[in-house]
Amino acid sequence: MTTTVPPSVGAAADTPATPPGLSDRVRAERRLGWMLAGPAFAVMLLVTAYPIVQAVYDSLFSYRLTDPGNSSFVGLENYWVVLTDALWWQSFGVTALITVITVAVELVLGFALALVMLKALKGLRPILRAAILLPYAIITVVSAFAWQFAFDLTSGFVNSWFAWVPGISADTDWFGGFGSSLLVICLAEIWKTTPFISLLLLAGLAQVPDVLQEAAQVDGATWWQRMWKVTIPNMKAAIMVALLFRTLDAFRVFDSVFIMTAGANGTETVSFLAYRQTIARLEIGLGSAVSVLLFLSVVLIAFGFIKGFKVDLSQARGEK
Amino acid sequence: MGHQRRRHRVSAIGMVVAAVTALAGCGQGEAGPPNLVWYTNPDSGGQEEIAARCTEAAGGRYTISISVLPREASEQRQQLVRRLAANDSSIDLMSLDPPYIPELAQAGFLAPVPPDVAQRTTEGVVQSAVEGATWDDQLVTIPFWANTQLLWYKKSVAQAAGLDMSRPVTWDQLVEAATSQDTQIAAQGRRAESLVVWLNALIESAGGAVIAQTADRPEDIQLGLESPESQRATEVMREVATSGAVGPAFTTAGEDEGASSFESGAAAFMVNWPFVWPRATSGVEGGTLDQAVVDDYGWALYPQVDEGRPSAPPYGGINIGVGAFSNHTDLAYNAIECITSEENQAYYFTTNGNPASRLAVYEDPAVIEAFPMAPVIAQSLEQAAPRPQTPYYSEVSGSLQRIYHPPTAVAPGTTEPAAAELIRAVLSGEELL
Repeated sequence: MTTTVPPSVGAAADTPATPPGLSDRVRAERRLGWMLAGPAFAVMLLVTAYPIVQAVYDSLFSYRLTDPGNSSFVGLENYWVVLTDALWWQSFGVTALITVITVAVELVLGFALALVMLKALKGLRPILRAAILLPYAIITVVSAFAWQFAFDLTSGFVNSWFAWVPGISADTDWFGGFGSSLLVICLAEIWKTTPFISLLLLAGLAQVPDVLQEAAQVDGATWWQRMWKVTIPNMKAAIMVALLFRTLDAFRVFDSVFIMTAGANGTETVSFLAYRQTIARLEIGLGSAVSVLLFLSVVLIAFGFIKGFKVDLSQARGEK
Repeated sequence: MGHQRRRHRVSAIGMVVAAVTALAGCGQGEAGPPNLVWYTNPDSGGQEEIAARCTEAAGGRYTISISVLPREASEQRQQLVRRLAANDSSIDLMSLDPPYIPELAQAGFLAPVPPDVAQRTTEGVVQSAVEGATWDDQLVTIPFWANTQLLWYKKSVAQAAGLDMSRPVTWDQLVEAATSQDTQIAAQGRRAESLVVWLNALIESAGGAVIAQTADRPEDIQLGLESPESQRATEVMREVATSGAVGPAFTTAGEDEGASSFESGAAAFMVNWPFVWPRATSGVEGGTLDQAVVDDYGWALYPQVDEGRPSAPPYGGINIGVGAFSNHTDLAYNAIECITSEENQAYYFTTNGNPASRLAVYEDPAVIEAFPMAPVIAQSLEQAAPRPQTPYYSEVSGSLQRIYHPPTAVAPGTTEPAAAELIRAVLSGEELL
């Protein structure tokens, strides 16, 4: 590094017109960037891109794990089978329903918890944050079991605690019907992932400049007005990012359904469907087709959020 | 700076080389006798003890270590199939649930049984267990223990209801007795394998079969679901499930829930495997159950569907298979002969409550003392019918579970054709499951 080119001026003037004429410094920075991000990029290619490509390839075959000799190329037939099957659309609907319910409730709850964390007394704050974040640290399968045991007819306590609520008695079988099963699944999901959404929202709340709040207060705005006109518009990016991440996550719900109902009473979700075809039936081709369709759904959701709501991921990090 | 970095690099390379040699050493230079890995289903520690006994009996020729599989039979199958599909040579011995054996045999995942071993290990073995270990007229696994369900009842309640338990009873009689005595019948209504066990026993007891004729090509399999016998089975299932004589969580109840409600007294009749007996007696020892409750336990052959036609109780249990990719198949079969010996089966029966497949064990005084119902179990095993034998059992079972659950909503005449249609579509790859 013995160059004497004035750093910023030279680079800014040269770059657009003549890319080969990059200054040493820019080149070095780029190299550093690749060296820092390269390993992560390679690992991502290995653990995400490769399986996705493999799944797309497998989905074009009629291929059973116990009968590899009879594997044959069938083109898009697996996709046709999946998309014309009522079970796929039912699972898709259930998944969408769980996603909408959980994300909506979590957004409201998460926002309230974020406000509590923000406004709490300094001394209380660390304890409060730890308490609120605790459910998120619990493994999903464990949380699913905990909720299942709580609502189970023989081992659970919910029926005896809430016997005073109309409709709940000692004999209420929560996992015996569609609505009640779904309710418990949603409750478990909400309990477990609200901390995640509230953490993202807390970051957004902390970004809203105090001066704006003070100015609004001086102008005589009520608490409610300040919330709607100052706080929320200023953290829109954070809200959208939180919503996006949670929606993508919620759409892949598996553990709770697997543990609590194993797909009984029409509670099957899309990822559970993929699991059943691939792991239980060993129909790798058909299962891969379901997985690819799930992947496409998730991509569509992400794309819809980013284009539809104009979510800018860099904005959420406070870069603009 | 540069010097130091080079030194770091050299030592890093040295470490990698050391690690690789250590790994290689692990694979090749096995000191001592070969170790056979036995993948077992969870039990009360009996298989581990038998592994230790057989290691000792081998006199240093091999050792056996166990590796425990998941709890559910379907999950045990998933793990084994996926490993075997990847030619896993670490699988020497496997404890297999009989319905999944045709699939493994058809795929070539089981090492062939030497004829002399086959002969020695099937002598004096109950017929249903030999059938369950056979595929394509070939013995492909070795029967270890054989399970069957009995009808368990509370003597006091049966007496009050006026049931003559010395003679076979029917499901109709049970429903009537339970309703009149305001008690419950515990059966397995959960969407799981246990529902198929119940359904299959009903169909077989009515004289029918889920699969009338099996075939190599999945789309050629002929089903027996659209028959008067299967319809009769649906009728009985519906009658039991909607009689009001079942627990409130009937559609989510499995074997354990049934055993609990029978112990608590909520249910006075129950179809279940014999594990409920050691469970109850150990409850007495642990002080969680009253001796009087256990004294009231009665047992009989599985209920009949139609009066006069002998019932076909469920058949289960575990057979031992040898992995096709094992490096020690000869030693593995040697170990199986030890594992399935009369002595070890008697030990397993008395300590873990898993009935033997060898008939001679049922005359062992120690067995009869621990299991007074042993003669009934032996008779039940003689009558028992296996679940449909097909390499596509998982699909058949999954389809039946989907259509026949919840058992409260089955309808004779419409449920069976729906199930047959789904199985047909699933087997020919036209539908998801």
